[in-house]
Amino acid sequence: MHGAIVDVLLGGLLVLTAATATAVVLTRNAGRQAIVLSAYGLLLGLLMVALQAPDVALAQLTVGAAVVPLLVVLAISRCDREVVRRRRRRRRPREEQR
Amino acid sequence: MTGPRTARLLFAVGAGGIGLVFVLAVLRLPGFGQPHHPYGARAVAAAVAQHTANAVGSVTFDQRGFDTMGEEFILFAAALAALLLLRQLRSEEEAAGQRHDYGPEDVFAGVRLMGFVMLPVTLLVGGYVVVHGAISPGGGFQGGVVLATGLHLAYLAGDFRTLERLRPLPVLDVTEAMGAATYTIVGFAALASGAGFLANVLPHGRLTDLMSSGTVPLLNVAVGAEVGSAVVLILAKFLEQALTKDRRAEA
Repeated sequence: MHGAIVDVLLGGLLVLTAATATAVVLTRNAGRQAIVLSAYGLLLGLLMVALQAPDVALAQLTVGAAVVPLLVVLAISRCDREVVRRRRRRRRPREEQR
Repeated sequence: MTGPRTARLLFAVGAGGIGLVFVLAVLRLPGFGQPHHPYGARAVAAAVAQHTANAVGSVTFDQRGFDTMGEEFILFAAALAALLLLRQLRSEEEAAGQRHDYGPEDVFAGVRLMGFVMLPVTLLVGGYVVVHGAISPGGGFQGGVVLATGLHLAYLAGDFRTLERLRPLPVLDVTEAMGAATYTIVGFAALASGAGFLANVLPHGRLTDLMSSGTVPLLNVAVGAEVGSAVVLILAKFLEQALTKDRRAEA
């Protein structure tokens, strides 16, 4: 009975982790991808707990589920603003010509 | 210069070689969940001999402490590079007449409350994880990252000024370097005492005691200081970039 529970838990977590990893790759919008990446990091951490590796699980949860997605979101918000600014700069000279 | 065809051929040879060796290695792996662990049995025996209850901590900070020193300096170099690159950009922007925006001030009351309730709890957990690195899962790296991310709950609660007050960046610049230096100094101190570099020369104490396992708790605190400061410094530079608003874009 105990062995069956472990099999179901590990199997379920393995399938969920693989599915979320695929979802990260298939998400094309970078901002959304950061959120899916965080969910993937959380699941991978849970899988490590289930595999009795609490040390790496703790590192995975903090870095993979929190710090990396945060860095990605901050970088995206900066890049988005840069794109908007460049577009405006490009538009201005054309308006002046008219 | 190599053309695209040569590059593709090189990639095919490399990928094919790695693929072949990988498959051969996986075929010879011991079965999943079997009771026989040749590496684990030796590592745990060595950890117990050094009175370190957390076998993983013993492997990282005692049995292969030199590897961990390299890892620590990788993060140190990464933080330094991020600071250098982003600092230059900041001075350029400030010269261009920009101002800082202090982030979302109007967040939900619930998020605000949770942020401020969890902030001290998370910091306490982070400190606990660093200090107990020799006897329970976690250690300097994990605890350091928990401490660094915990501080940013203040930002999540919408209070950037509190975050700024909680993390004086010039102080963290020094703590980061001190953490990295302490690790190296512990290594050389062992060398000076006549043992090998980073050898565990301190008294080992009693297994599962907070102050057991010799140099392991000391190295954990050094790594905790280094990692915590490095993550805060990197996040600070990224936050600064994301929150600096462009006046001309608003006009």
